[in-house]
Amino acid sequence: MMAGEPFIAVRDLTIGYGNRTVQKNLTFDIHRKDIFFIIGGSGCGKTTLLKSMIGLLEPQKGEVLYSGLSERDSVNFYRSDEKIQAQLLNNWGITFQTGALFSSMTLAENVALPLQLYTDLSEKQMAEAVAYKLALVGLAGFEDFYPSEISGGMHKRAGLARAIALDPQVLFFDEPSAGLDPISSLRLDQLIVQVCQALGSTVIIVSHELPSILSIGTNSVFLDAQTNTMLDTGDPKKLLEHSQEDKVRQFLNRTESRVEESL
Amino acid sequence: MTHADFQFKNQNNRCELHLCGDWQLGEVPAGEALCEAVPADCKAIALVTEQLGRWDSSLAIALLQLARWADAHQISIDTSGAPQGLQQLLNLATSIPAYKTSEAAASGGFMVALHDVVNNQWQSLRDTLIFTGDTCVALGQWLRGKAKTRSSDIAFFIDQAGPKALAIVALISLLVGMILAYLGSVQLRQLGAQVYVADLVALGMVREMGALMTAVIMAGRTGAAYAAQLGTMHVNDEIDALRVMGISAVEFLVLPRFLALVFIMPLLCIYSDLIGIAGGAIVASSMDVSLQQYILQTRDAVDWLDITSGLIKSIFFGVLIAMAGCQAGLNCGRDSNAVGMAATNAVVKAIVYLVVADAAFNILYDKVGI
Repeated sequence: MMAGEPFIAVRDLTIGYGNRTVQKNLTFDIHRKDIFFIIGGSGCGKTTLLKSMIGLLEPQKGEVLYSGLSERDSVNFYRSDEKIQAQLLNNWGITFQTGALFSSMTLAENVALPLQLYTDLSEKQMAEAVAYKLALVGLAGFEDFYPSEISGGMHKRAGLARAIALDPQVLFFDEPSAGLDPISSLRLDQLIVQVCQALGSTVIIVSHELPSILSIGTNSVFLDAQTNTMLDTGDPKKLLEHSQEDKVRQFLNRTESRVEESL
Repeated sequence: MTHADFQFKNQNNRCELHLCGDWQLGEVPAGEALCEAVPADCKAIALVTEQLGRWDSSLAIALLQLARWADAHQISIDTSGAPQGLQQLLNLATSIPAYKTSEAAASGGFMVALHDVVNNQWQSLRDTLIFTGDTCVALGQWLRGKAKTRSSDIAFFIDQAGPKALAIVALISLLVGMILAYLGSVQLRQLGAQVYVADLVALGMVREMGALMTAVIMAGRTGAAYAAQLGTMHVNDEIDALRVMGISAVEFLVLPRFLALVFIMPLLCIYSDLIGIAGGAIVASSMDVSLQQYILQTRDAVDWLDITSGLIKSIFFGVLIAMAGCQAGLNCGRDSNAVGMAATNAVVKAIVYLVVADAAFNILYDKVGI
């Protein structure tokens, strides 16, 4: 990866389903160790953008280029061969909205799955690694529990443990705080920051939870449902004050005032 | 990438653990190796990481194993020489104490296991009786026009269970009719009484195989689908949503399926009987029995009592399949695995019910002389 080159470069991206375009002309950069938020109101295409970034939805136009994750730089997942795709997938950790834990497996088996598929660790080493990853997210001792036996917040943390099983360089989160109370949400934010700082991972989070965005975000893109495109990109704290787009400032400010009122 | 390695060096009453090389997942020495290499007289360990190359959580895992071992041997570990990220990883993993489950109940041997089995069977029987009772109550409500059952649902499930099953019922019935005919022909040909193949196939289909084979098909097709539908609804909290709206799940969900199956089963049974008899006719024609002979023989062999006895069976089989499928679905757990288990349970239970009920019907018919 060349100096100054973005870690992930989104270039003129247009995404949608079938003939329907959800977002168009998206261009922004994500740098190493960014905590990057994809922001926007409900239904604006945040999750669709995430899907197209992680290889689940081929863009209608444009591309997402990854550097430093495989043997080649500026790699487009959809135009790469299987070997490069596997290298990218190895370096991605993805946490879905509900945790997406496999319900027929215990938490330990869920976390062990990527290790079984991508490493040749011995059984004992794997058990140590699984216990460690669960301890990292505060779930030590829950190895033999099934997903149906734990709470929603624990689901998300277990999902995070599975996502970081292979120490990925990029972690994607789809609405990590959705459905959590403010305290659990704050703790999860802190956990994401701590784990990712310790692992040196870059984090991409889909969210409209403004307290999270403003407290931990270092970079962001703001998507708009009406114009079907991005309105601004940058540090959310700076966008709050200095964005050229009224809509972005209003969106970010509204929460600020709401938080102040509630205090 | 340089090979991950370590070395203990004694320095003024404490030993330094020098880490070098790249410590990457799958390429690191096991934690036990670190523990075994600690010098015997060591009282304190300090980490030195000047020569440490790239590292990931596998180093933290090995160090945590060493820390646990050191703790048990009352040796202190100083991690202040480690990179900040590594210190963070070590702290995070130990910041929340491990959850301790209550001790598992000690196994009480054969008697406890037997007690558990009996208890589970009793619970299962009790659930079945309660479900049967609930369904009877709901049926009573429906007959009085008070049940919260949508007629559009009944029509939908009739369509699902009936017209869409015609092809598979036809195929199986045709083959069963032919099998019966071949089975009889072997014996009857020796006596020169091939024409009685018609009697065998007609009575076999009308009294027994028409109802039973249709029921087995419907248990696998419709019973399993009912269990999967209701099980998925349970997983998605839809059944809880109905309950809090004051709508009985049995009236709203079970009754339409139950009524559809009870209505459609005798019709499918008649259809199966006719196709089976036609299958027999195909085989009979190859044994020099003319179609006219076959039809006349069939008409003489079967009376209304035979047809009615088969239809009564099929109605009862419909009840059993619907009950097994719906009960398995409503008692389903809350995960995707449980939905699969519910569908399996529905089919297994329905087939056991069918065979037992069929045997009971045959004994009953024999006793009353039908």
